[in-house]
Amino acid sequence: MHARPAEAFVRLASQFESEVQLIREERRANATYMFELLTLGAAQGTQILIEAVGPDAQAAVEALADLVENGFLELDRQLDDTTQK
Amino acid sequence: MKFSDFICREAIRTTLEADAKQSVIRAMANSLLEAKKIETGDFEGIIEAILKREELGSTGIGRGVAVPHTKHPSIEKLVGTVAISGGGVDFESLDGEKVHLLFLLVSPPDRPGDHLRALENISRQLRDEMFCRLLKQCKTPDEVWQLLMEADNNQFPS
Repeated sequence: MHARPAEAFVRLASQFESEVQLIREERRANATYMFELLTLGAAQGTQILIEAVGPDAQAAVEALADLVENGFLELDRQLDDTTQK
Repeated sequence: MKFSDFICREAIRTTLEADAKQSVIRAMANSLLEAKKIETGDFEGIIEAILKREELGSTGIGRGVAVPHTKHPSIEKLVGTVAISGGGVDFESLDGEKVHLLFLLVSPPDRPGDHLRALENISRQLRDEMFCRLLKQCKTPDEVWQLLMEADNNQFPS
């Protein structure tokens, strides 16, 4: 996973009480640590599983899934703005 | 991907005098310039691009580690360097900790996969607390290189 999506994940996942993990095949990463998310090496198009355990687990998974589906596009646009001058 | 695939040995620095984010990035880019990995004419442009990327969000990834980076059209093959700051650099990391260990990466625009694999390698290896601590304690570029090679040869589990 690239650094900016990882940062976005951490910021969002940290707002929930539940413990959130991202899973890519046999690798697991705590979604509140950028460090761990980068170890997934997940490129665009990679399937990842979002797992949450805790009182607001359902809301956490929905919010993070929405970030993947919609929020990452916005990150791409920001980066294009800085590199294409 | 291994450290030896992208870290330029000649550009490793363990005696960073700079202690501010901007000057540290400049010093690291300068080490790549001195090692002839980037051209004089691209130097300022690469620094500017790295700083612009930092504005979008800090590349401080926690545990006192940062990975400032950019793509640049002048680069044909991913290149990186390592620097150690004894005093620490305020990098606005999410965990609020000062950064002592920096990996600066410059990659060709058309090879995002290589950059991703380098990030994966750095974070996977540094997940090992012993390796992370030993690296921060290195006093010379040779010591850094030695440790990176040990990590390449799977001397550190995880």
